[in-house]
Amino acid sequence: MVNYDIMKLAEIGREVRADIVRMTAAAGSGHPGGSLSAVELMTALYFGVMSHRPAEPKWPGRDRFILSKGHACPLLYSVMARAGYLPVAELTTLRKLDSCLQGHPSCLALPALEVSSGSLGQGLSITNGLALAAKLTGQGYRVYCLMGDGELQEGQVWEAAMSAAHYKLDNVCALVDYNGLQIDGDVENVMGLAPLAEKWRAFNWHAVEIDGHDYGQVLAAYDEAAATKGKPTAIIAKTVKGKGVSFMENAAGWHGKAPSGEELQRALDEIYGKGAR
Amino acid sequence: MGEKMLPTRDGYGHGLLTLGAANPKVVVLDADLAKSTRSDWFAAKFPERFFDMGIAEQDMIGTAAGLALGGLIPFATTYGVFVAGRAWDQIRTTVCYADLNVKIAGNHGGISVGADGATHQALEDIALMRVLPKMTVIVPCDAVEAKKATIAAAEIHGPCFLRFAREATPVLTDEGDLFAVGKANVLRAGTDATIIACGPIVHEALLAHAALKAKGINVRVLNMHTVKPLDEAAVLRAAAETGAIVTAEEHQLYGGLGGAVAEVLVRNKPVPVAMVGVRDTFGESGTPEELAVRYGLTARDIAAAVDEVLARKQG
Repeated sequence: MVNYDIMKLAEIGREVRADIVRMTAAAGSGHPGGSLSAVELMTALYFGVMSHRPAEPKWPGRDRFILSKGHACPLLYSVMARAGYLPVAELTTLRKLDSCLQGHPSCLALPALEVSSGSLGQGLSITNGLALAAKLTGQGYRVYCLMGDGELQEGQVWEAAMSAAHYKLDNVCALVDYNGLQIDGDVENVMGLAPLAEKWRAFNWHAVEIDGHDYGQVLAAYDEAAATKGKPTAIIAKTVKGKGVSFMENAAGWHGKAPSGEELQRALDEIYGKGAR
Repeated sequence: MGEKMLPTRDGYGHGLLTLGAANPKVVVLDADLAKSTRSDWFAAKFPERFFDMGIAEQDMIGTAAGLALGGLIPFATTYGVFVAGRAWDQIRTTVCYADLNVKIAGNHGGISVGADGATHQALEDIALMRVLPKMTVIVPCDAVEAKKATIAAAEIHGPCFLRFAREATPVLTDEGDLFAVGKANVLRAGTDATIIACGPIVHEALLAHAALKAKGINVRVLNMHTVKPLDEAAVLRAAAETGAIVTAEEHQLYGGLGGAVAEVLVRNKPVPVAMVGVRDTFGESGTPEELAVRYGLTARDIAAAVDEVLARKQG
């Protein structure tokens, strides 16, 4: 087990949460809910788990990250900025004309991204292809893929789930941000997924269920995934949509809505602990 | 003419074998049609670089995208209807939007698929692929050109769609003929009108050329193997020098080669144009020859279209 500085991660995670609400407020649109729910998953990846070099974004040995739920790009952009891939000041150009921070990720606009995404259900296939390439070219990098839970309704995800297990891609780690909400409401009401971990296991994956806001559990799950040989691992992270901003928490309406100026202030107060939380 | 008969899919198979030996970065994927698409030739020779993805075209394209990101040159292979139609959004958003170096082989292009019927006859693939930014679209006219096109696809960067056909058709080009992506080949000189064709129907264009010549009409024949980027200079030269154009393709009239040629002409030099192709309908079962007659894709149809544009040109 690697030693991680959880206090430090929590500190960065707080800044990332603040970035997400600031960015979406500045843009006047965007997706705060599903960005806030995966903050711990992503902060742990970029500041603890992944081997990467922000000063050398195309370093061949880097671990790869694929954001399949492209709408959560405020989260990815923030984590990348905090890691040093781009200036933090640039974050508020999100969704604006000529910004490298497109409304959904574009790797041509921001070359430090591995790939473009935004049409749901496609990231795991890309992840598998990269993982196959790693094995074929004798490289040891791992490939991580963040998916939303609603996204798992796309059939391609399960095609890719079959492929990863068939080709025994133990260098693949799928993350499911299981916040239980999608645009039209509760995932279980819109198109039920349960029992989710059992589904992945039935597809011959190793599946780990965790509290996606507990850094200890998140980090342990990443270690367990890395130690699992012969099959890919899915980390099913139970999360709260909008986590960290009380009025956004568990509210489907905050999937794709930006906070107003007053809401932004309340959100920041809560994130930095000045409010009534 | 007494030519050798080979399907263009064989040219794909041979092209992959050449690439496999020459370039360790070339990998091939198929979606359970490897025997039919000839990708099984590569699989037999280079098993460690072949991935059968099962009957899952969307996943195949995404996996190919990942392989390309990992520095390899993937050829994703299946029937044109399934890859261009079913996996269109994957090709658009994952492959083209990121300008990834993914090659896509759409086999069983055109109505000459025959007995399998409409579900398996790709008649919309050129239109679906041509409309995508970054995409190159190549439709080889015979097996020799198909091999060259396959090898050429690996040499250019970016997304490339290759269309191959199931049926054996005459080999009308030579190994030594120049093949350059984006450069049309003039197969017959002529000044009265020009036939611009792609794919195995180019052979029908040559037959039309011969029949018209017997009537004293000299038509130019252009093999427009690359539908995108279109050789606009060759199209405009043909319009300026011959004053009338006929396009011919085994594809819907909407959105295919005829559309591409017309787009260039209306913007630059409108001349009389007639299009030979499938007229906004689905195909059906039958022999390739029966279907070519029923859907108006024979040398006789092309020659009639030339007569029509000549009448308009002179009128």
